[in-house]
Amino acid sequence: MASRELIIKGGFVVDPARKIDGDVGDVAIKDGKIVEKVSSSAKVIDAKGKVVMAGGVDVHSHVAGPKVNAGRLMRPEDKFRAGIVRGNMAQKNGYRMESGFSIPTVFKTGYEYARMGYSFVMEAAMPPLLAPHVHEEIHDTPIIDEAALPVFGNNWFVMDYLKKGEVENTAAYIAWLLRATKGFGIKIVNPGGTAAWGWGLNCIALDDPVPYFETTPRQIITGLMKANEYLGLPHSIHIHQNDLGNPGNYQLTIDSLKLAEQVKPKNKFGREQVMHSTHIQFHSYKGTGWADFESGAKEVMDYVNRNKAITVDLGCVTFDETTTMTADGPFEHHLRGLNHLKWANVDVELETAAGVVPYIYDPNVKVCDIQWAIGLELALFAQDMSRTFVTTDHPNAGPFTRYPRVIKWLMSKKAREATLDSFRHKDKVIDATHIHGIDRELTLFEIAQMTRSGPAKCLGLGAYYGGLAPGMLGDVMVLDLNYKDMPKDPEKIEAAFQRAACFVKSGEIVVRDGEVVSNGHKKTVWVNAKVPENAQVKRDIAQSFTKDYTVDLINYVVRDYLAPHPMVIDVEVEA
Amino acid sequence: MATVTLKPIKTPELIFEGYSITPDAFAGKTAQQIAGLTGHEGKIVTTIGDFFEVSGNAGETAADTDIIINGDCARVKYIGSKMTAGSVTVNGNADMYLGGWMKGGKIYVTGNVDSFCGIQMQGGEILIDGDAKNHVGCAYRGDWRGMKGGTIRIRGSAGNDIGTFMLGGTIIIEKNAFIHVAPHAEGGTVIIKGDVEGRVGGQMVKGDMYVLGKIKFMMPGYQKVGTVEKEVDGVTQTFDHYIGDLGERHPKSKGQIVYANLYLKAAA
Amino acid sequence: MPKLIKGVGCPYCGSSCDDIEVLVSDDETKILEVHNACIIGNNLFHHANDPTRPKLPRMRQPDGSMKEIPYAEAVDWMAKTMLNAKKPLIYGFGSTNCEGMSAVARIAEKAGAVLDNCATICHGPSFLAIFDNGYPSCTLGEAKNRADVVVFWGCNPMHAHPRHTSRYSIFPRGYFTQKGQMQRTVLCVDPRETDTAKLADHHLMLDQGHDYELFDAFRTVLKGFEIPETVAGIPREKIKEAVEIMKKAKFCMIFFGMGCTHSDGRNHNVDAAISYTRDLNEHTKCSIMAMRGHYNIAGPGQVWSWQFGFPYCIDLSKGSHAHMNPGETSSVDLAMRDEVDCFVNVGTDAGAHFPIQAVQHLKKHPFITVDPNFCMASEIADLHIPVRIAGVDEPGVVYRMDNVPIQFRAVIKGLPGVPSDEELFDMVYERMCELTNTQPIWLAAKEDRKYPQNPAVS
Repeated sequence: MASRELIIKGGFVVDPARKIDGDVGDVAIKDGKIVEKVSSSAKVIDAKGKVVMAGGVDVHSHVAGPKVNAGRLMRPEDKFRAGIVRGNMAQKNGYRMESGFSIPTVFKTGYEYARMGYSFVMEAAMPPLLAPHVHEEIHDTPIIDEAALPVFGNNWFVMDYLKKGEVENTAAYIAWLLRATKGFGIKIVNPGGTAAWGWGLNCIALDDPVPYFETTPRQIITGLMKANEYLGLPHSIHIHQNDLGNPGNYQLTIDSLKLAEQVKPKNKFGREQVMHSTHIQFHSYKGTGWADFESGAKEVMDYVNRNKAITVDLGCVTFDETTTMTADGPFEHHLRGLNHLKWANVDVELETAAGVVPYIYDPNVKVCDIQWAIGLELALFAQDMSRTFVTTDHPNAGPFTRYPRVIKWLMSKKAREATLDSFRHKDKVIDATHIHGIDRELTLFEIAQMTRSGPAKCLGLGAYYGGLAPGMLGDVMVLDLNYKDMPKDPEKIEAAFQRAACFVKSGEIVVRDGEVVSNGHKKTVWVNAKVPENAQVKRDIAQSFTKDYTVDLINYVVRDYLAPHPMVIDVEVEA
Repeated sequence: MATVTLKPIKTPELIFEGYSITPDAFAGKTAQQIAGLTGHEGKIVTTIGDFFEVSGNAGETAADTDIIINGDCARVKYIGSKMTAGSVTVNGNADMYLGGWMKGGKIYVTGNVDSFCGIQMQGGEILIDGDAKNHVGCAYRGDWRGMKGGTIRIRGSAGNDIGTFMLGGTIIIEKNAFIHVAPHAEGGTVIIKGDVEGRVGGQMVKGDMYVLGKIKFMMPGYQKVGTVEKEVDGVTQTFDHYIGDLGERHPKSKGQIVYANLYLKAAA
Repeated sequence: MPKLIKGVGCPYCGSSCDDIEVLVSDDETKILEVHNACIIGNNLFHHANDPTRPKLPRMRQPDGSMKEIPYAEAVDWMAKTMLNAKKPLIYGFGSTNCEGMSAVARIAEKAGAVLDNCATICHGPSFLAIFDNGYPSCTLGEAKNRADVVVFWGCNPMHAHPRHTSRYSIFPRGYFTQKGQMQRTVLCVDPRETDTAKLADHHLMLDQGHDYELFDAFRTVLKGFEIPETVAGIPREKIKEAVEIMKKAKFCMIFFGMGCTHSDGRNHNVDAAISYTRDLNEHTKCSIMAMRGHYNIAGPGQVWSWQFGFPYCIDLSKGSHAHMNPGETSSVDLAMRDEVDCFVNVGTDAGAHFPIQAVQHLKKHPFITVDPNFCMASEIADLHIPVRIAGVDEPGVVYRMDNVPIQFRAVIKGLPGVPSDEELFDMVYERMCELTNTQPIWLAAKEDRKYPQNPAVS
């Protein structure tokens, strides 16, 4: 940790956490944290004429772990699309080699996020059995702080407790598993459906029975939501709903979101939602098939706008050749049937599954264009930007390196129209979507809400990330944008967000003029929920490892050395 | 038209990656500048001049540039790779990736070529007087977009993996081939004038194959549907027509399922 | 008092059994008894007791003899040799931990080397098939808990993976397979009547080298088309019967081995198997898995994929980006074509496993072996550097054949002064940085630790 003092002087500060919108001011950092002031010997970073924001917070991205690596392994051709590669010997320049486009290697992942001024990234799905792998990748990823969400929605223990309505046992199991895997919170992917996939089946409605487990997606979602609030975790449940990616799914999405009405938030971390609904673009589809496929963004967002207990992230399509990957095993199998490309599947005993299929979002294909429009419409229809976050569900709808492009589209009608004009089926796309009629252009303040203060608060990490108040972590991005004189050319907005003029992470300058200058100091963030000992759950776990699992319990628990530099969030649970 | 002549003066200790030996890289350069173009020998950055004596200046554009290499290039990779126009003649053998990712122009090799000749080729012509090793006109590992266009003619024999994941273009092997002809292909034409050991058209979706010799082991997923007359490489002959690979998926066109075609020269 | 350590991982085959119990001496230097392991695993633990284990590096002398030298000298020689070579080849890693694989990657990047592992002569063709066609697979617990039809294709676990059938595939009683073997139908496809074939309910004894045609026949039958009377020496009716069994399974599990990857067609055999597995998923649930050989041979495929994007055959000589194309950048091809000028053998035995011509080519240049024991590769090397044994006197993460990470522990204390692979490679890397006047790049994994507390020993 840098002990030196730093001051970022004279920039237009945009800090929604403190409701500061473009005021000229200084940001002081000492010992890796933001402070009121520093001594005159502090190193000065001149930000005059530039925008100053907190480091970015990514609420949902697949960057580390078995399915990401399955994607890297099975796509050598993705390396040919790598784009910018530093010349010369990487090591000679002081960096590790970078590789990959849609599924970059860990080194490139860390460097690219840093170049974009991101300080925290949430790995969106960690299979508990494979947690040591996730942590091995995280500790090899430079600069950025990371955490990982273990998946619970198809876990045999969870389904077994919840069918009997045992929220307390579920909570005790969750607390144990978060500790065992050094996980952050509760991820749910296609609840019940992925468990059904163990037999090649799926659940596509809230009341579809889960084969052999006598429960339903509705029961799983509600039960986990209650267990989450029972424990008072920093984050809410984080859900990828059933029936992802299919025309007409918006109604199921709204029905699932309505389940949030039954539970009130309870936590000490300033979080206000009880459900985070992820990559909602993939869940906002109208129509009865691909022929009459159309946007359901308005209907879905109308509901989200009314219910403050919900946060969402977008999952914007970016027109790239990318690699889809999700714990929604049946979906990937279905997708492979549509595009006939290679398909990897990883079913994980007792816990979850995952699938990987390459995918090309082709601007000449109407459906892809409509998906693109839906992602942006959701943001443009949103009334509370601090509950709506920028993601591409990396790498599913596009690589995370396209966030700047998504931001450009959100901030510029001109940029959206230019993309719309490039479509072969422009008129059909306009008919099936709302995008052409929306004039709204988001402000830098709103973008900062969507990429900084909002996601930090949603994760219960608002005291550390996403803002510039004294006491918070010293993660600051300087953007080459003039707040008072924003460029007419939207490409310049994209460029400014792609390559930070300067990025300070943990009080240390890691990026200058868009290029990485230090390998930084990263942290692994995890949640330690302290619940009273639960003899039944302990017995159930021991028994399951004896009978059903193929690894020994003693080797299942992630050892401390795999998560060096931990930042542990303690949660005291009253019995 | 301008001709640049390269004469090998030194055999590389390891292998010379001569990715700059293309009309596109040479275009607009003098002999001296060409000698300074880079290549790699292991991690060492070397130049064309380290291994060749260069004479003659290049033309203004690739299309105006002919390259003649007088001597053996059995340890020089990537000759003519990614070229778009002009020509390369190798009077001798050539190593891997000859004409790889090529878009246009002509390459002629009087000797043999190693593997990956014409990998992911999009256009142009490759003519080899001798034999080719494996992976003629194949896709790069993992890519489902193999050869898209152009012609590769091998006057000798070729090894395995001919036209893997091929989408278009033509490959002609004038003598024999070993195994795996057009696996996973979804287009294009492969002509084998000699015999093939087997595995012709395995997992093939679409495209045409002609075998003028014998196939030792037929794929079980191919079924004979008739006998046809076809003109192949200028000669009209009678073929047994097979469709397949029946185990593989196949697209529909105008309500009809499209299969890959195997034309095996009918017994006289 | 001797100590009994439970839940120990076994450093032998790709089954990576972690239910071994090891009784160690009071001072934690000797292994007294090993329970639950197969005979090979058992012996591997006892090897650690061998009093003749090398404790110092040995350097070849001008007269051809080997002379013990200090570690610092060996590290210096290895660092300089790697830096001086135009294109070093680092190969092996079947039997070491992921920490070592990660550490060696720094060296490879620094040296502009080619990084390859034992898959190159083993399941490399499976990787090629995965590149082209994907990999619908699962963890071994899925087979244990669900599979009612199990197919062994070109593999013989009864000998190569002795406890595979009892822990995962045939005999265990799982959640949905309470009756164990009684509930499972076992098919074996193999040209020989192996012990696994003897155990099977159906043995399809195909003609050697015709796996591809047989897979194609299976697929063609599954699509409802007719096939020739016999394919690969198997009668049509037998093929149809086998397809029917798999189609009617509730969960069909296909295990394949070197019979597929090392007969003609290699990757294409596996490729066809993957297509067939995918096809079966239109009818029921079906998964496929490579029977990986060593206890952590899946490890380098994982570690290097997250570091460089490729599992093996990784050419880092450009320094700016990684390049992979097996057939060109694979160890044996590089050796046979004289494309490398320095060879480092780590945790395997290229001397025993490579074609003799390949070894002869490699022997023209500096040859370094890093291995806990004497082996052929150590005896022909110019420099042999002994290290600790991962899984016995060194802990670390290993990846089982199904890519499940298992955190192996050390059961005894390492030989005094002998480093782990990771420590050795870190020393070499530091020396390379000194020699080139550059800063080492450690990243988080190394910043505040070298060695974790070891619950089994401390």
